[in-house]
Amino acid sequence: MKLTRRNFIRTASGALAFVSSTAALTRAGLAQAEPIRIASILDATGGLNSYSLKQIKSTAMAVEELNQSGGLLGRPIELVFYDSQSNNQLNSQYATQALVKDKVHVVMGGITSSSREVMRPVMQKFRGLYFYNSVYEGGVCDRRHVCTGLVPGQQVAPLVEYIVKEKGLKRGYILAADYNYGQIIAKWMQKFIRANGGEDVGIEFFPLDATNFAPVLSRIQETKPDVVWSALVGDAQMGFYRQYEATIGKKTIPLASTTYGLGRENATLSADENDGVVISTSFIDSLPSEAAADFLKRFKAFSGEDDYVSEYGEYGYRGVMLWAVAVRKAGSPNPDDVIKALGGTTFEGAGGTYTIDGQTNHTTMDVHVAVGNRTGGFDLVKSFSQQPPSDTQAVCDLNANPDDTKQYEPEL
Amino acid sequence: MIVTIIYLVMYSIALLTLISLGLAVIFGLMKVINLAHGEFIMLGAYVCVLCTDAGLPLWLAFLAAFVGVGLFGIVVERLLIRFLYGRIIDTLLATWGLSLFMVGIITTVFGPQARSVPLSFGNVQMGGMSFSSYNFVLMAVAALMIAVTWAILRYTTFGLIVRGTMQRADMASALGVNRNMVYMTTFGYGAALAGLAGAVLAPMTGASPNMGQFFISKAFVTVIVGGQLPLTGTISASGLFGVIDGSVSYFWSSIVGEVSTLVAAVMLLRLLPSGITGKMRSGL
Repeated sequence: MKLTRRNFIRTASGALAFVSSTAALTRAGLAQAEPIRIASILDATGGLNSYSLKQIKSTAMAVEELNQSGGLLGRPIELVFYDSQSNNQLNSQYATQALVKDKVHVVMGGITSSSREVMRPVMQKFRGLYFYNSVYEGGVCDRRHVCTGLVPGQQVAPLVEYIVKEKGLKRGYILAADYNYGQIIAKWMQKFIRANGGEDVGIEFFPLDATNFAPVLSRIQETKPDVVWSALVGDAQMGFYRQYEATIGKKTIPLASTTYGLGRENATLSADENDGVVISTSFIDSLPSEAAADFLKRFKAFSGEDDYVSEYGEYGYRGVMLWAVAVRKAGSPNPDDVIKALGGTTFEGAGGTYTIDGQTNHTTMDVHVAVGNRTGGFDLVKSFSQQPPSDTQAVCDLNANPDDTKQYEPEL
Repeated sequence: MIVTIIYLVMYSIALLTLISLGLAVIFGLMKVINLAHGEFIMLGAYVCVLCTDAGLPLWLAFLAAFVGVGLFGIVVERLLIRFLYGRIIDTLLATWGLSLFMVGIITTVFGPQARSVPLSFGNVQMGGMSFSSYNFVLMAVAALMIAVTWAILRYTTFGLIVRGTMQRADMASALGVNRNMVYMTTFGYGAALAGLAGAVLAPMTGASPNMGQFFISKAFVTVIVGGQLPLTGTISASGLFGVIDGSVSYFWSSIVGEVSTLVAAVMLLRLLPSGITGKMRSGL
């Protein structure tokens, strides 16, 4: 292999070395056709990479499966990987490079809301199509942007319903990371808690490098809430779960979270620390379905890893597959053709049925409430079938305003 | 409530002391600014993770981190720092490079995922509140670090030689002191303190390649505000910031606590540009 920059990046990223190998493409009879290109921009390194590592591999796995089954529209798929190194500046740089220089047909990736917000304008400028495979605070109304992950209307509403209504834990203390995701998700938590007859007795934000949680642990004990809500993010804030268990304990005050498990906290923390955290998610490894078991088996064979895959691991696969369905439907990989075909695009994935909602370019999916167990995983408690992205639907209509590019914030 | 505030303030002081004493020793005694200090802490955390994974008791893991990172510090001093004495900007660049190198090496060897040390100390009840027992271990280690450093510098011949060398290196040399040896040992001791801090923090914060960044800015502010005397400076600056951070974080929020600490630091540096102990001629 000639050591061009792209080959180097592909080799260095490890997972992708054999994705577009000539042998595999010849086997599938695709070597002659002009490839369709996918850019994957994720953090293989840096402080936020715990969210990306599995997703990088599942994205590559989806591309390999598509190529082995004959490619898309008779053309092979070429994956170009860019390591954004947990640095938003690189997200913007690589998104531009992907569209302008490498001429990709779709850009997948970005984890944080800030990384998404630097890439969206690039999509507008160069008429690209962007799949954001991540949980976020909702409200983005942009036809060049597709979110395949959970938004608050899907994620927070079922979790609050379970905790406040079914469990009767009415008084909640909210903790969140201090950036746009945390600030907005905290507002949604307040809204849903109040709407279900609960009360938010405290709310607090933490910088992403916070390591000392002793003051808030004292305040929580004095406020005596029924439940603590967490939307904490990143390696530093993972320390909260350790300190919480060592000080208060989930047996005394239960803990519910919208972010726990996304960074594979469950696979890193101890049995005591994982035991009992209540989450809502669109995928857990222990989902009792054929599709989930089969996905895990294929992921293990592809990546050679048999540890916890997580929701973010599954997102990479889901994003590529949903896009592929839309491409087949459109009969063309060109962004503007695919965008027209997005509405109603459906894929039967590992977490259930995913359907892109044409009004918002967000995804309707099953939502599962689960509880952390002592073996580093989660036990399914309850599934909510086909939850629509209701919060974003309330503010966004791309059919009526196709030129909208705004992110709407909830007014609460 | 009084108990809670005292606890939070003591805990804040202990955390600041823990993360900044190693940096203060190296800066105060050698005038070397070690930008890889955060990564020395990170290395200590990894030593602690590896030792507890191997089944060693926690106190032995602390000791291993102290000794291991200390030896690593000596190697760094021999290979890197000793060529750069008196060249502050060059040491800054060299140690910054070293920090990037260490993050890279640790990521390559142990992977980017955070690692954990299972914590099974439980909690203690006081006045209807629970406090993590481990936080008292952390406070004890911080106090021990201060006491041992003070005892070494104050009561041992080695401490005397170190202090003499730092005041007048040429005179110490003329009296037959091996200056290189003193520098090397001091740097090693500073690194060892950072390693111990990392090991003590690991059960609370875990160990990840980037964890140095969580502590480095707080450690720097403490050392700069403390000024040139490593012990008096660290104790007074940690004490001041600990009181502000601990009480403000309790009454308002962690963010307001952090902001008011930094505001206090800026005001203090305006009044005392060379730090709290900047004008003191002698002392520790």
